[in-house]
Amino acid sequence: MAEHGICARLQQDGPIPLDAELDCAPGEVLALVGPSGSGKTTILRAIAGLLRVRHGAIHCNGDCWFDDERQVWVETRRRRVGYVFQNYALFPHLSALHNVMEAMLDRPAAERERRARDVLTRVRLSGLENRVPAALSGGQQQRVAVARALAREPRVLLLDEPFSAVDRATRQRLYHELAELRRELAMPMILVTHDLDEALMLSDRMCVLHQGRTLQVGEPYAVMTRPQTVEVAQLVGLRNVFRAGVIEHDTARGVTVIEWRKHRLEARLQPDFAVGQQVTWVIPQGHIVLHRRDRPSRGERENPVSGVVLEYLPLGENVALTVAVNGPDRPPLFLTVPAHTARRNNIAQGAEIGVSLLAEGIHLMSADESRTPRRNEP
Amino acid sequence: MDWTALSLSLKLSGWTVLILLPLGIWAGRALAVNHFRGKAWVEALLALPLVLPPTVLGYYLLVAMGGASPVGQFYESWIGRPLVFNFEGLLIASVIFNIPFAIQPLQRGFEAIAPEVRDAAACCGLSRWRTLWRIELPLAWQGVLSATVLTFAHTLGEFGVVLMVGGNITGETKTIAIAIYDRVQAFDTAGAGIMSAVLLLISLVAIGAAYLTTSRSRSRHHG
Repeated sequence: MAEHGICARLQQDGPIPLDAELDCAPGEVLALVGPSGSGKTTILRAIAGLLRVRHGAIHCNGDCWFDDERQVWVETRRRRVGYVFQNYALFPHLSALHNVMEAMLDRPAAERERRARDVLTRVRLSGLENRVPAALSGGQQQRVAVARALAREPRVLLLDEPFSAVDRATRQRLYHELAELRRELAMPMILVTHDLDEALMLSDRMCVLHQGRTLQVGEPYAVMTRPQTVEVAQLVGLRNVFRAGVIEHDTARGVTVIEWRKHRLEARLQPDFAVGQQVTWVIPQGHIVLHRRDRPSRGERENPVSGVVLEYLPLGENVALTVAVNGPDRPPLFLTVPAHTARRNNIAQGAEIGVSLLAEGIHLMSADESRTPRRNEP
Repeated sequence: MDWTALSLSLKLSGWTVLILLPLGIWAGRALAVNHFRGKAWVEALLALPLVLPPTVLGYYLLVAMGGASPVGQFYESWIGRPLVFNFEGLLIASVIFNIPFAIQPLQRGFEAIAPEVRDAAACCGLSRWRTLWRIELPLAWQGVLSATVLTFAHTLGEFGVVLMVGGNITGETKTIAIAIYDRVQAFDTAGAGIMSAVLLLISLVAIGAAYLTTSRSRSRHHG
């Protein structure tokens, strides 16, 4: 039972399958990430009590909100949750001020308006109190929704893709505001998002979901660079997933050596894998360094690999490269380089390039999984 | 001009609205929010008065409330007079044949409210009563207005069911629609004409005012 913060275990076979377990401490932001239909919003709704799952338990600060075995069920209105809906779900006929005041009915009437104004000022909406939602911009509506959720002094703050309905510039500003606001808040906060960058920026821990199952929970950067399974690797957008054999562990140098397509690659020491074992390995694109033609650097000695550019795809300020290593019929290496770097190095389709696979970024995973890497190749 | 018949019609319409509106709000909301097996059949049953000939509905009500029926017998032993051919019986019949005119606009009104708005109200800690009063009814007000006007105007003009269940008793069951028929039967076309014009005017004003209010509100929101 969670004495502090929230702790949920949710299981059901249908209509939306769930097998999830998560916890979130006071002041912590937990991001639930996963593709559409992975059960993120369902989990949030279950925590709020808007949906009753078949099995499991939800505890908040020591109180039981739901336990199917003990037949405990606390209604939404008694759970004291702050919920920011994807489309904000503001009361369209009430002004911003009255939207916020509706969440404070347990306070004396005289105090409500003063406090609602305080909360609106806190989210930088003073002066707009009397506007109805339709007369506010998307970003302002989102702030009213946050203000209304906070006005209740919730025991948990639930944010369901709160940035998806605003334009990019507003989103950047709102990220900043939420990051500032969260420092002042002492309740657990659960953020649903399908945007990994959002999770990386705003959360302390990240929970990867797929088809209602929690696959991995951890510090966002760690999950995104060191996934536990191929499934997680694919869900966090790691495209460089390959197979290799473990050659040796050099504890003195802190490296594990693997053989991949006749290359000896040095990886960060990962002694859990036995010598001779087949493993799956991944490397985030940020750990692949392009060799410069004009000025070779020291880094080139680290796991150098060469290949031919199969695809050259300009994406704004960057260029996405697909590189064939040891032949075009094997799964290629994907990397992104700044456009000016690509130009300076005369990179084009068909060009031969050299890259270094940084040892720190090479992460090994067990190969005997149900989900195998593409084309099942070494 | 039969003022007694007109005032009886207005009284019947007023009471029908008063009784049916709360029931319609409850049923319309329940049908809008809940999904259950057999819902289509419940909706079909409630819409039946729209398609059933008034005389058929009137016949069944007459049988169901008449002196030979358990309902009729119970009422007579309790109150001391029969349920049919008096105002109370007419009111019950009026409530039943107006069910679709009240429930359908209300159901559409409640269906138009985004489900998340109700969820948000629950997350704000609002009680069910407060959610209905403060959030849902103000958002479904067009449905409430339509239900009121349609029920009122439809009761005012109903003929077949009234004749079957109420008969033609002055001051008790003789509504303006029956009085018009009476006048025509007595070859008093001038009297029938005046009453028809009054009925037409009242119905037009009621429905016109409702349409006007709704369209003004729409243009305010979209303008």
